[in-house]
Amino acid sequence: MYVAVKGGEAAIANAHRLLAHERRGDPSVPELGLDQIGEQMSLLVARVMTEGSLYDPGLAALAIKQARGDVVEAVFLLRACRTTLPRFGAAEPIDTGAMRVRRRVSAIFKDLPGGQVLGPTFDYTHRLLDFTLAAGLPPPPPAEAPVETPVETLANGARMPRVASLLGEEGLIESGGTDDPDAPVPDLTREPVSYPADRALRLQALARGDEGFVLALGYSTQRGFGRTHPFAGEIRHGEVALEFTPEELGFPVPLGRVAVTECEMVNQFHGSAERPPQFTRGYGLAFGQSERKAMAMALVDRALRAEELGEETSAPAQDQEFVLSHCDSLQATGFVEHLKLPHHVDFQAELVLLRRLRAEHAARYAAREAATGAASDDAAEPFQEAAE
Amino acid sequence: MSAVSETREQALAGYNFAYLDEQTKRMIRRAILKAVAIPGYQVPFASREMPMPYGWGTGGVQVTAAVLGPDDVLKVIDQGADDTTNAVSIRQFFERTAGVATTTRTAEATVIQTRHRIPEATLRAGQVLVFQVPIPEPLRFLEPRETETRRLHALAEYGLMHVKLYEDIARHGHIATTYAYPVEVSGRYVMDPSPTPKFDNPKMDDCAALQLFGAGRERRIYAVPPHTRVRSLDFADHPFEVQRFDRPCALCGAADSYLDEVVLDDRGRRLFVCSDTDHCATRRAEGHVGPGEEEAAP
Repeated sequence: MYVAVKGGEAAIANAHRLLAHERRGDPSVPELGLDQIGEQMSLLVARVMTEGSLYDPGLAALAIKQARGDVVEAVFLLRACRTTLPRFGAAEPIDTGAMRVRRRVSAIFKDLPGGQVLGPTFDYTHRLLDFTLAAGLPPPPPAEAPVETPVETLANGARMPRVASLLGEEGLIESGGTDDPDAPVPDLTREPVSYPADRALRLQALARGDEGFVLALGYSTQRGFGRTHPFAGEIRHGEVALEFTPEELGFPVPLGRVAVTECEMVNQFHGSAERPPQFTRGYGLAFGQSERKAMAMALVDRALRAEELGEETSAPAQDQEFVLSHCDSLQATGFVEHLKLPHHVDFQAELVLLRRLRAEHAARYAAREAATGAASDDAAEPFQEAAE
Repeated sequence: MSAVSETREQALAGYNFAYLDEQTKRMIRRAILKAVAIPGYQVPFASREMPMPYGWGTGGVQVTAAVLGPDDVLKVIDQGADDTTNAVSIRQFFERTAGVATTTRTAEATVIQTRHRIPEATLRAGQVLVFQVPIPEPLRFLEPRETETRRLHALAEYGLMHVKLYEDIARHGHIATTYAYPVEVSGRYVMDPSPTPKFDNPKMDDCAALQLFGAGRERRIYAVPPHTRVRSLDFADHPFEVQRFDRPCALCGAADSYLDEVVLDDRGRRLFVCSDTDHCATRRAEGHVGPGEEEAAP
């Protein structure tokens, strides 16, 4: 006799204990420390912080450890923590022109003020597995900088001018947004998005968006689905100061430094009867060293400006409802994976209908067979008569 | 209890009553009040990231957290049952974060959070039924754009939906929507009742309890206040009808409840039992007995 299954509670608790056990793996292998993750998996930490919308390398490392290295799960853990944190205000806009640059490349000028700084990059490495790494040999020490670095030769101290402002001096590129810097900062985690969403909100969604999804969308614009003729104006990575102006003080105080990667795309030019032609821009910003994300984001940002710039909008990357509703990995993974939950009530409803439709179909078929059988008998008769 | 799980309990104890902070609850309550004032209208709200995944009841959990008080008695069901894994998980969440009393008895509960079913027992005044909603927009699969569907609702332009139902009839001879069957609320908004089987639609009409719907991922809350007219869309020559089962529940003999089909083996043996486990248990306690196992569908 069938008895309804009970004991879901014990099963869940046991599943969680087994999960913790699996996460630890073989206990004879030393346990991963958060410092090891933070130091040796820094790009993963950067991605989790970027998509988790929380700059905290320590918590991100913990999330990565707890998630057994699953990026989306780690982002989930960080977001669920972030949602409980109090908001005490918005920081001053960061000044990436004053960035302590670790890497800075421009694809549109051979050389430029501040120079090309390759920094730590996978670019130009040959992707050959390094077996000395498997053997645990220490890497050679990094090269020392020459005494006089290009940065120090700049006129205005340590500032490294952004390529967009170099082009902007001549009016060759549109200015970087005319938004009021004192306008309230939109926060899509505190207000539901309503369409059309402004650019600040779109950039926020893209920054939080899944790297793979944003990458694929950006790629699609390069293959003709919303082409924007992009040039990598500049990609820079390094630390910037974060400042906050408390109401009672009235002047900004430093909170610390955050590592970011910024990408400025220079895109196809536009003009009108009133405005002379000039290049347009796409913008990307991510925590840590996240070049792929920043570049893809800049491509999609520019594609999403199609309507504003009077371009035809037909490609997925130009459609803000499509992009913004689907770029979040947590929303996507939650809804895709919820298919694991029981759906037998709805399935039963479909079964009931399908059985009924099949029964009716069988009845109709039988009736038609009978009818056509009779009809063909009728039809055969005159033929037989004619034959006689 | 082990030291580790004690630490975990203490960690949760650091959260506000029912997990959400009071500011967030106030924001959700405002959305609920608006939803109650405009029955069937989808109110956007600033859905929070919850410690469970989107699509697993975050909307329902937020609504429940916002309406729950210390004296409430909570019941959580999924597919009509209290012991399905996600129902267990959500019930435990509120046991831990709110410390409220929980029950499996529909009659004893003041707040019932549900996924995919409405309890068989008639709900009474003072009870709140909270639905978990995956896709709140009834027109979504006819029109994917939110900007467009909001305009259609504003104009009460529901022709698309009627055409869809008509095409079902033309193709299959029946309306082929078996769950999430669209309803018209209070003569105005067409609403998605969440993926409950259409069997449950009539229970929504003139219901004495307050019905609240939370969609976390899609960031919408909507409501059906007590004793509101809820009409399932249909046609004069194809009136709305609910699923019927040609046998009673094998355990309690109920002939008027929604049944789960349980596959017993790979030789076609099946058993049909109440999906509402409390309804079934209550009936059996009252002495009702079903026919037991029998050969199922031909």
